[in-house]
Amino acid sequence: MTAVPMVRAEGVHKSFGPLEVLKGITLEVAAGEVMCLLGPSGSGKSTFLRCINHLEKINAGRLWVDGELVGYRESGDKIYELRDSEVARKRTEIGVVFQRFNLFSHMTALENVIEAPVRVKKVPRAQAVKEAHELLARVGLPEKAAAYPAQLSGGQQQRVAIARALAMRPKLMLFDEPTSALDPELVGDVLDAMRDLARQGMTMVVVTHEIGFAREVGDTLVFMDEGVVVETGHPRAVLANPRHDRTIAFLSKVL
Amino acid sequence: MATAVADGRQPEEVPAIPVRHYGRWVVGGVLLVLIANLVYSVSNNPRFEWSVVGQYLLSERVLDGVVMMLELTVISMGLGITLGVVLAVMRMSPNPLVSGVSWMYVWFVRGTPLLVQLLFWSFIAALYPRITFGVPFGGPELFGGHANVVITPFVAAILGLGLNEGAYMAEIVRAGILSVDEGQVESAHSLGMTRLQTLRRIVLPQAMRVIIPPTGNETIQVLKTTSLVSVIAVVDLLYAVQLIYSQSYQQVPLLIVACVWYLVFTTILSIGQYYIERHYGRGTSRQLPPTPIQRGRLLIRRMRGVAAREGA
Repeated sequence: MTAVPMVRAEGVHKSFGPLEVLKGITLEVAAGEVMCLLGPSGSGKSTFLRCINHLEKINAGRLWVDGELVGYRESGDKIYELRDSEVARKRTEIGVVFQRFNLFSHMTALENVIEAPVRVKKVPRAQAVKEAHELLARVGLPEKAAAYPAQLSGGQQQRVAIARALAMRPKLMLFDEPTSALDPELVGDVLDAMRDLARQGMTMVVVTHEIGFAREVGDTLVFMDEGVVVETGHPRAVLANPRHDRTIAFLSKVL
Repeated sequence: MATAVADGRQPEEVPAIPVRHYGRWVVGGVLLVLIANLVYSVSNNPRFEWSVVGQYLLSERVLDGVVMMLELTVISMGLGITLGVVLAVMRMSPNPLVSGVSWMYVWFVRGTPLLVQLLFWSFIAALYPRITFGVPFGGPELFGGHANVVITPFVAAILGLGLNEGAYMAEIVRAGILSVDEGQVESAHSLGMTRLQTLRRIVLPQAMRVIIPPTGNETIQVLKTTSLVSVIAVVDLLYAVQLIYSQSYQQVPLLIVACVWYLVFTTILSIGQYYIERHYGRGTSRQLPPTPIQRGRLLIRRMRGVAAREGA
């Protein structure tokens, strides 16, 4: 028996009006795998990531997370759209870390982390607080529990955002350019937190420009351009011997 | 040099002679003279009849009017805020009928004068002599009564003020909701929060920062607008003093009585608004500015410090 892939995409298309952003993406992410999506801006990496937890609706193709269709339910030969509440329940299994952190600005770091477990999963507050402290310690911010996002640096905010996503005990983590909005000296701490996570076996899909991170932590590197997957392979292999012209052109600019 | 501060000595202040602002002194002097003249005229003009003001300020009929003013303000503001939130959420509904109804409501209510709406509610009996609740299109009625019994002048006043306020609050709440960053909604959704949870826990609390200041203004506005209900024979503060001066012919002092009470409560509301704004401002600035009281304490402490240093 072959294991069900954590993410499976088949011919995923996505258009915004007349603009076709994804032109048939087919790929698989195995459980425990760290996949890095690389490519020039506008290539559709972030859009694809957002499709995985149904923040964007796909126009054509199929997308499964852990064997279940994203946003739809298959019954017989018919496909039904899921209700908002069903979509919400499935999203609890997928953690997302955004480029712009998006911490809830009216809540402290601790409140940010416990909000979803308490409200969505109905975890008792005391237990959620205890786990939140552990998570904040894990991302290296044990003393920042009472701080509001505005009192934290970008790197600290992003690590709180990682803790917040982990608090839901997701089986899949999506990172949308998690270090792109950070000052260069703050990038390292966030990457460290992600590296730890990968080491513990978390399945991760990471849209990133951090070639070093992709090379060191990634199991697979997917190079995307203009809405299609151009090249896939082990990061070291792709980075050392890119086969496609577009990959070569891109890498020559960023390396 | 970067190490200059390390020796712990305070850097010497620049020994420059400050610019003299003669213009400011002249303007200040002129204003002081004008203010003094105003105070003199107000306190020495016997027609103000300050003794009458004092006599009526705490009289029972005036205080009843004050209580009515406060009741009307609280109830119609409560109705207005509730309605405003509902209308704002409706306006953003993907269902075009729901958002259309909300738009129509705001269009109608904002497009007609409040005074006319108040009169309309008080004459509702001419339009619907009986107010009933039951099956639509003339089906059996569950309960009902004569419009003049159900819609008393007080109820008409509440309906007029509250329904009118709802339209204005709807726009304020909507602006507040729109001001919240889309990323906040996305991250709430990505954590599995439903639309309602996201609205209640994430969007509305952050929208408050934008909603509160104009809502404070609205409350002050409504407090003053309660004076309009005197036209439909609700004995609010203005009508109370009107009733008194219609017998005593002391219009000026009694209108001053009313103004004093309006000012007292608008002042209280302004102070309350300041502290509520501060509360919802947390998380947006790194450090909250000190309150006037804290600033006063700081000033006193600093002056004491200066005095102590000079004494030493």
